[in-house]
Amino acid sequence: MSTIQLRNIYKVFGRRSAEAVELLRDGVSREEAQERTGAVPAVIDISLDIEPGELFVVMGLSGSGKSTLVRTINRLHEPTAGTIELKGRDITRLGPAELREVRSSSVSMVFQHFALFPHRTVLENAAWGLEVRRRGRSEREERSREALRLVGLEGWEDSYPDQLSGGMQQRVGLARALATDADVLLMDEAFSALDPLIRREMQDQLVELQDTLHKTIVFITHDLNEAMRLGDRIAVLKDGRLVQVGTAEDILQDPANDYVASFVQDVDRSRVLTAGSVMEKPQAVITTHDGPRAAMRAMRSLQVSGLLVVDAHRKLRGYVTDDDVATAMRHDAKSLESAIRTDVATISPDVPLVELFVPAAETPLPLPVEDEHGRLVGVVPRVTLLAALGGQAVDTPDALQEEDHRG
Amino acid sequence: MVEIPRIPIGERVDEGVDWLTDNLGGFFDLVADQVRWLVDHLEDLLLWPPAIVLAALMGLLAWRLRSVTFGAFTFVSMLFIESMTLWEESMSTLSLVVIATLVAVAVGIPLGIAAASNERVSSLLRPVLDFMQTMPAFVYLIPAITFFGIGAVPGVVATVVFAMPPAARLTELGIRQVDTEVVEAAESFGAPPRQVLRKVQLPLALPTIMAGVNQVIMLALSMVVIAGIVGAGGLGAEVFRGITRLDVGVGFEGGLAVVILAVFLDRTTASIGSSGRRTPPAGTA
Repeated sequence: MSTIQLRNIYKVFGRRSAEAVELLRDGVSREEAQERTGAVPAVIDISLDIEPGELFVVMGLSGSGKSTLVRTINRLHEPTAGTIELKGRDITRLGPAELREVRSSSVSMVFQHFALFPHRTVLENAAWGLEVRRRGRSEREERSREALRLVGLEGWEDSYPDQLSGGMQQRVGLARALATDADVLLMDEAFSALDPLIRREMQDQLVELQDTLHKTIVFITHDLNEAMRLGDRIAVLKDGRLVQVGTAEDILQDPANDYVASFVQDVDRSRVLTAGSVMEKPQAVITTHDGPRAAMRAMRSLQVSGLLVVDAHRKLRGYVTDDDVATAMRHDAKSLESAIRTDVATISPDVPLVELFVPAAETPLPLPVEDEHGRLVGVVPRVTLLAALGGQAVDTPDALQEEDHRG
Repeated sequence: MVEIPRIPIGERVDEGVDWLTDNLGGFFDLVADQVRWLVDHLEDLLLWPPAIVLAALMGLLAWRLRSVTFGAFTFVSMLFIESMTLWEESMSTLSLVVIATLVAVAVGIPLGIAAASNERVSSLLRPVLDFMQTMPAFVYLIPAITFFGIGAVPGVVATVVFAMPPAARLTELGIRQVDTEVVEAAESFGAPPRQVLRKVQLPLALPTIMAGVNQVIMLALSMVVIAGIVGAGGLGAEVFRGITRLDVGVGFEGGLAVVILAVFLDRTTASIGSSGRRTPPAGTA
């Protein structure tokens, strides 16, 4: 079951909001609905399923409705229409007291401008959620100290927020959200107000924390690189509507429309795309059963000067060059064994392209990609690497299919 | 030529005031008794120690809240009042100001809170406060006398009406100025409105609220002097005596004592407002 289930969520600001929703449902455009009712549609017909333990990123430019959307999840903004289920419970029907109970026990939030309480110490800030839940002093203190330790703020408990740097203040914000043990974390542009180096650091820390805590995180951002770095899945919003949902690679390789395509243009592809997503079917491959003659023939017909060598189980053994094969033929060798060189760099499919540059420069052969069993599943030739970075359409990884390899 | 008919607003107000006196006389008597009791006892308390002891205490307070220099200034200037033989009048005025301020703040702050949380209350309250503040202060004295007779009580009541608006206004402003994201943060953890108000909004609005209280005190002081006309006593009576006898000396001495009290009250309450920021509210971890 999904942790968070949004069904046809609309949020329209203004007096005639219900009327605007009706118009939008009838297919009227956002601009026209606004013109005809005076109400401002911020979120239009969004349905999403967010899975347990997922770091789900909602991305869009300002005015795309992303902050409004995340605020409907804990009903800081009442959705105008649609239902929201949290772990199977429809929270749009809850009364004020029940809603407060959900907020204090299951959903916590981190804000763009930190939203710390300036008149309270760091420890008192972190303890807020527990104080709301009327936990005893010792429990409050213990759990908020633990949360502060998790985010690396040990020793700052008695400071006031304005004595801390921006990054540290947001760590307090994070600690405040973690202290309640809520398993859903809403992060509204949590790192956008930080300068780039600190932002990177916080992103790394969030990923690290998530590895141990396995919260369900909804992370809002306008920064595509951030979305790609963090998101298990990414939802792209435009003008209040959902444009595309998918993994970072889905969105990069197969943008749903021109808007998404132009959006992803500037992404640092080398960090998002992996070897597995760009690799090609290995052509210049020969097995250890084949003799030097077969190898020579293959090289001639493919017009290459080297071949990868695999055994009967498609495990990579190394490579041979035309010189070595020629030497082996002169010595009338029956097998290729003597000619195989093993100084070959292998990579696994989930390595980002950025890490392929150095190995690609060191060998004239396509880089072999191995699965976890050491089997050759594809190759990344230099030209493919360059094409992928340039945003050219790359053949989808049909290399994964075992059929038709020459040897 | 078209003659615009006269609308008898004055008569209507007269009738209204008469009706109130006839029907709510008992209530007004009760209020009068309470206020008189409070003012009398506070005045007795202030006059109980010798002037020099109270002057020293006030100097100490001024030192704690602000600085040594201001403490010394307060001590010396209070003794100066005593040397002008205006000590009793000053303490009488001080007790009127304190009581009027307490009442004005007790009414004004809850009104401000209500206005901050409800648009309708806010839009209803605003013109009423404007009216209260811009109506010439003397006008309040007239119905106050009809309701409460001559003396300290109508002075206090008129002062409360005149001085209350800043308390309500600045409380509303202070609460509205609290960063929405901070309030959202407090609510997002499931805090009920009362808790958000008590632990987040009010503490953060405190400097602004205290600025309002400071203004209430200043307005109260100026009004209490005017209330001297209706027999509220104190320095106001002294200044009024100077006016009726055209005696510049008497008027000036009374006025000077008012200024000294004003400086003391203004500076001490201003420091409470600005130092309040770092003081965590009582009852938190």
